[in-house]
Amino acid sequence: MIPERLIAPLVMGALLAVALWALAVDAPFTITLTTRAAILALAAVGLNIALGIGGLVSFGHAVFFGLGGYAMGILAHHAQSYTTLDLGPLSIAGSKSMPLIWLVAVVTSALAALLIGLLSLRTSGVYFIMITLAFGQMFYYFAISWAAYGGEDGLSIYVRNGFPGLNTLDPIQFFGLCFALLCVALVLHARLRAAPFGLALNAARQVPARVEAVGLSPMRLRLVAFVISGAITGLAGALFADLNRFVSPTMFSWQLSGELIVLIVLGGTGRLMGPVIGACLFVLLEHWLGALTEFWHIWLGVILLGIVLFARGGVVGLLTGKAGPHV
Amino acid sequence: MSEIVLATCNLVKRFGALTATDDVSIELRAGEIHALIGPNGAGKSTLIAQISGGLRPDAGRVMLLGRDVTGAGTVERARAGLARTFQISALAMEDSVFENVLLGALGASGRPWRFWSPVSADAELEARAMEALARVGLADERDRRTAELSHGQRRQLEVAVALTLGPRAFLMDEPMAGLGADGSRRLTGFLDGLRAEAPILLVEHDMDAVFALADRISVLASGRVIASGTVAEIRADRAVRAAYLGEGA
Repeated sequence: MIPERLIAPLVMGALLAVALWALAVDAPFTITLTTRAAILALAAVGLNIALGIGGLVSFGHAVFFGLGGYAMGILAHHAQSYTTLDLGPLSIAGSKSMPLIWLVAVVTSALAALLIGLLSLRTSGVYFIMITLAFGQMFYYFAISWAAYGGEDGLSIYVRNGFPGLNTLDPIQFFGLCFALLCVALVLHARLRAAPFGLALNAARQVPARVEAVGLSPMRLRLVAFVISGAITGLAGALFADLNRFVSPTMFSWQLSGELIVLIVLGGTGRLMGPVIGACLFVLLEHWLGALTEFWHIWLGVILLGIVLFARGGVVGLLTGKAGPHV
Repeated sequence: MSEIVLATCNLVKRFGALTATDDVSIELRAGEIHALIGPNGAGKSTLIAQISGGLRPDAGRVMLLGRDVTGAGTVERARAGLARTFQISALAMEDSVFENVLLGALGASGRPWRFWSPVSADAELEARAMEALARVGLADERDRRTAELSHGQRRQLEVAVALTLGPRAFLMDEPMAGLGADGSRRLTGFLDGLRAEAPILLVEHDMDAVFALADRISVLASGRVIASGTVAEIRADRAVRAAYLGEGA
């Protein structure tokens, strides 16, 4: 059994080592795979704050992933076509600068999370799952019908966006960026979990009546968690679009929302490194099993079933021998 | 007479044809333990929910420290100084004993919007939480997981969380529920001393505890207060004996 505090350095070290090894043996596709894993992990770290700590089973986190993606797509599209983005009285030039795109992605996702949260957090349990799913579908169909930005075909961005001082077209440098952002998100999760907010949010998941009785509003705690969660997933969406240099309505699809939940359950719900382990496993299986059979999701399903039935606490639970952080 | 801390004025709550709370007026004065008793189905839980803020009455008012809080929710009433304990322990079972009292201290501080510095670095919260734990005799259990506590220890922790709030009034819903004779006696002794700090509205089935602690008793039956008075008066009341204590009690 591995002590829980060693899991983070081990997993992050392994991810970094694979990328560096791939660089050494000149295997850019493997670097792309590790980048994909890091980005999916970032998206799931975001969801883990709402789902893992707050107990909010959002089946609509693809909304934020997609918004992040389209924030990148729309800004870069206008930049590469030398057109302006007209928002009523405001006319904005496009941008190929990652920091600016990230900022727009984070702010847009946070605002969307605030609105969606205000409406959907009035419900709980199955109703919450359904209403977040419904929001996801709204965005999905909206994106499909939005012809100005490619509709169903999506948007292609010809050149990856830039970051000051880096050559983002170099796979390892882009991986470095994604890896660094993942580290930042993990630190944020760890700090937030140990901070007063994390204590209250975690209690609101377990006993909302008690949290109210000590004078704290579970609804407000959940709303703030949902906004932070959406913002992080939105940032991941912008990176994902940049990785593929392509954004399409599938980023809003309910399958993607489901996959993010699967990553977390696979790795360990509410655990710091759960989403990262889940994402790495997911990308590995997608690559290896996907090479063997088109129907690799069946085997993913079998593994997920095994984890849920026999390993409480996901892979992190298996590694540490503890089903929960305190058990 | 001393100051009225908590009061209900002509409270009414109906569920369809059933009047669960029927014109109930009770008051809790500084320094006293006011016990609320009544047979099952008398409307005690409905009344507690209206006092704590979980349920809106159809008519009447709830007053806390001279303020009308009828329209205020549970959170606002807790902030205003009302601390409740639950009939069935409402504790974060996955968390440690210490984290549960820390939550209470955090609620009392009113500053949960801190996202970066660890809660464990806040010495003020820790001191407040530890003090409450020590007072109920759970200081040695601080790092245990709450789910591992015995039933009796969970009841103690319930009280400890309420203590962290430093409240102006306690609303205790069957704090003795499920305790053995020994635990019951110890908690009775503790609550006896607590009344000087803040008055207690005590809903309790354990008659030994009620008779030992109460300055006044109100008896609820079919949603109405059928009697209210001192222990001796209630013991002698015929209507009460018929409705609740059973003949010969």
